[in-house]
Amino acid sequence: MITISDLNKHFGRLEVLHSIHARFEAGQSYAVVGPNGSGKTTLIKSILGMVVPDRGTIEVEGKSIINNSAYRKRIGYMPQIGRYPEQMKIGQIISMIRDLRSDETQIDEDLIREFKLDQLKDKRMHTLSGGTRQKVSASLAFLFNPPILILDEPTAGLDPVAVEILKEKIHSEKSKNKLFLITSHIMSDLDELSSHLVYLEDGKMLFNDAIDTLKKETGEIKLGKAVATIMKRNLKATYE
Amino acid sequence: MSKIAKYVLYDIVRSRFILFYTVFLLVVTFSMYSLDTDPGKSTLSLLNIILLVVPLVSVIFTTTHFFNSYEFIELLLSQPVTRRTIFLAEFFSVASALALSFLIGVAFPMLLLAYSEATLFLILSGLLLTLVFVSLAFLASVITRDKAKGIGMALLFWIYFTLIYDGLILYIVYSFSDYPIEKITLLLSSLNPVDLARIVILLKLDLSALMGYTGAFYKSFFGSNLGIIYSFLFLLVWIGAPLLIALRKFARKDI
Repeated sequence: MITISDLNKHFGRLEVLHSIHARFEAGQSYAVVGPNGSGKTTLIKSILGMVVPDRGTIEVEGKSIINNSAYRKRIGYMPQIGRYPEQMKIGQIISMIRDLRSDETQIDEDLIREFKLDQLKDKRMHTLSGGTRQKVSASLAFLFNPPILILDEPTAGLDPVAVEILKEKIHSEKSKNKLFLITSHIMSDLDELSSHLVYLEDGKMLFNDAIDTLKKETGEIKLGKAVATIMKRNLKATYE
Repeated sequence: MSKIAKYVLYDIVRSRFILFYTVFLLVVTFSMYSLDTDPGKSTLSLLNIILLVVPLVSVIFTTTHFFNSYEFIELLLSQPVTRRTIFLAEFFSVASALALSFLIGVAFPMLLLAYSEATLFLILSGLLLTLVFVSLAFLASVITRDKAKGIGMALLFWIYFTLIYDGLILYIVYSFSDYPIEKITLLLSSLNPVDLARIVILLKLDLSALMGYTGAFYKSFFGSNLGIIYSFLFLLVWIGAPLLIALRKFARKDI
């Protein structure tokens, strides 16, 4: 569904992504893991077209994303830090996005309902806590029932009840043959939610395979320990 | 695009800055015409204010607006909207809001109190200058990363075109006064949108005599229809060129 080949990106002298090759398939859920500053968010933003790569191509559902905006209809994105027009109310933001995409027919308001955002719809964005912002971001990502979901640290800042609601939602959507890309530093969450592991370090993709394979390879039962093992070994790229 | 422009305009109107600007222009225009009995003189004083204030407000408002809507732009970019659409919606909303303020604040009282060919030209030049500086300010905002640098660069454009550039021309004219440099000064003036607007209006107000021999030369050129078309075409280039560069830069900007 998403094919990335030879993706490179510099910010000034800093090399953020170095020759990334990857394929992400429908029905799978990929955990994107790596130390801080390893290029996870840049990779995600490149797929969304928010960061323009220096070299390389990205194809979503077989079409290049260059000079293309229609493919973003197929992606729901939950940013790491949701930044919204501060003076707007929650209700206004949601209705604005719905207005901009008024041609969409499948609307999924499950999360808005479960997070009880309709009770907060008159609150302005600048008054919201980090957790409530995350709830708004999550609701918007799932709003148009997209086949691809990219979640950048979805559980950071959410309270335990909200985390469970979101995980429940991810599980139920996964069964509908959707593609998930999830970054997180909470390994137990990823262990629960994902089938594959993508490991980035210093802008290089050092691992991309099924989590079961990784666990077998390292002899660990928990994802966290397995990842720690490959971090120590600093495994060479096994994926082409 | 119109849908996005609607939300941008809503945001602009809510900030009330545009309202203050309109009221300010209204007060200035009315007071200028009530101070002097000769409307020609009032138009002239107003010209100087417009040539300074309109570009200044245009650059400051545009850059602050752009950086304040950064979150909005970020939000839209994750939606199926092209960058071009977002950028043009921002430009047209800001430009039309400022142009409308100018029309209500200056054009309306002027046509009411002192209708003449010169005032028509003043209004047209003021509108074009608004667009020129909105366009330049968008360029400044797109090529810088933070608000302070953006506003700084936009202010630099303003100071350069309203103050420094004239000084440079004066210096050149003074140093080379022994040579026939009318054509060169004419070309140099075309490279400054503010000068273009000023010259056209001064000629229309029939004050070219104040400018000596160069004035006479200008009058023979700018006084003709061709000269007026030339200067307005140049002003349009001053709107289009920075806008196109900004659009290209924005298409490749990392958000």
